[in-house]
Amino acid sequence: MDIPRNWRLRSPRYRLIGSQCQNCNELFFPQVLVCTNCKSREIDPFIFSGKGRVYSYSTVYQGAAEFEDYIPYIVALIDLDEGPRISAQLTDIPPEQLEIGLPVEKVVRKISEEGERGVIMYGYKFRPVLNPK
Amino acid sequence: MSKVYISGIGQLPVREHWDYSLRELAARAVLLAMDDAQIESADALYVGNMLSGILTGQENLGTLIAEYTGLEGIEAIKVEAACASGAAALRQAFLTVSSGILETVVVVGVEKLTELSGFQTTAALATAADADYEAAMGLNFCAINALLMRRYMHEYKYNRADFAEFVVTAHRNAVHNPNAMFQFEITQEQYSKSKMIADPISLLDSSPIADGAAAVVITSNKKSIIPERTVSIACCEPGTDTIAVHNRNNPLWLKGVEKSTFKALKTAGVSHQDIDALEGHDAFSIMSALSLEAGGFAEKGQAVATANNGEFDLDGRLPISVFGGLKGRGHPVGATGIYQIVESAMQLRGEAPNELQLEDVKRIMTQNIGGSGSNVTTTILQKATF
Repeated sequence: MDIPRNWRLRSPRYRLIGSQCQNCNELFFPQVLVCTNCKSREIDPFIFSGKGRVYSYSTVYQGAAEFEDYIPYIVALIDLDEGPRISAQLTDIPPEQLEIGLPVEKVVRKISEEGERGVIMYGYKFRPVLNPK
Repeated sequence: MSKVYISGIGQLPVREHWDYSLRELAARAVLLAMDDAQIESADALYVGNMLSGILTGQENLGTLIAEYTGLEGIEAIKVEAACASGAAALRQAFLTVSSGILETVVVVGVEKLTELSGFQTTAALATAADADYEAAMGLNFCAINALLMRRYMHEYKYNRADFAEFVVTAHRNAVHNPNAMFQFEITQEQYSKSKMIADPISLLDSSPIADGAAAVVITSNKKSIIPERTVSIACCEPGTDTIAVHNRNNPLWLKGVEKSTFKALKTAGVSHQDIDALEGHDAFSIMSALSLEAGGFAEKGQAVATANNGEFDLDGRLPISVFGGLKGRGHPVGATGIYQIVESAMQLRGEAPNELQLEDVKRIMTQNIGGSGSNVTTTILQKATF
């Protein structure tokens, strides 16, 4: 199930494509139809760099059925460098490295799967920046 | 605009009601409220419910419950606003009655959360968040509240143990409420040792999954009411915010709560000092803190410290969760908003359990919050004047 939905979400999930208002330049992720800043409807796609910092994080020990196999897993709110904030999982991170303000970058990973015969959902997760400049 | 009165109330104990179906729960609460109001019919039935479709495979609740309570043929609909469905249904009934279009409306909040496993219920509750950009990424409601709590602790320099006060107070009050799910006390030590669900949120920060139903009869017909047992609805005001927490500039400031609370105070023509008690939405202890601050009942970043000063205790400046709140009474989501109304009406009638009855209580605010602060309805009840 949910095949059209996973297909439809491929741009934001794999490439972190959101929106930019052509009137006031405000950036959005996920994409919007109307700019919440100036109400303009002239909106174009915008590709985010995938770089950001951890605004907050939590280790989840009890979750919904499709995430049961991944417990414990780490979720976070991440401030993207371009502005918007995003909800995502953190990956490739030792627990002692977790902290607010940690620089992170986007990677595409498996997010969940619906049993043996269901759809495997891929999408963005964030990991500590590998090669900080 | 007509004045709107609560002429009847009814509630079932919040429990794991394995022996009652959804329709049985709702209908019993409706009949209790109708008996209390001494009426046999009404102009409409509004049902507050969030998850009947997912968890029970049943929608069209208006028709179902009207038929099962002998009200078939009247206007009957379900209203959904996540965990605030109960108060949202009350708001619709309030608009209908205060406008004069209908005279007497029954509002019932009902939720059956124990039909399926905890995993399925957790997933169902997460439908109040953004399905594509929060829930699909693994953020359930505990996780979203945990992200808020961690940031709150970081910005305002609190420890996890500081939040125990909200939980200890709620349970201490719930002991005396026979309709509460948890009629026992929790100690600071038990809170500290509680099992983590989504760090820093533990089991004891979280309101329990439960079944329940509560109902009220509201009317503009002064002839039909018993003056000393009647409470009036001064206002019932909504406020909303973004569905996803990540789309808020400051996630620690609940704009929906701010809008709803201040609109309610303005409509009722009263100030914060005129509110004698608050039945708020402590789905998680962090929600208590954030909503008290956005609602103007505590300074920014100070709600936890204020709670630890005892200001929200039964004998404090502003008693909260008097009947146990969501934590102690339980949180049957779509029913919660109506439980708050029923409890506050009991308080104003002088019918609260002795230990919970406040002295000289004139005006109570109830606040029902859906999602993580995204859909809010605030109601002010007061003793009716004629």
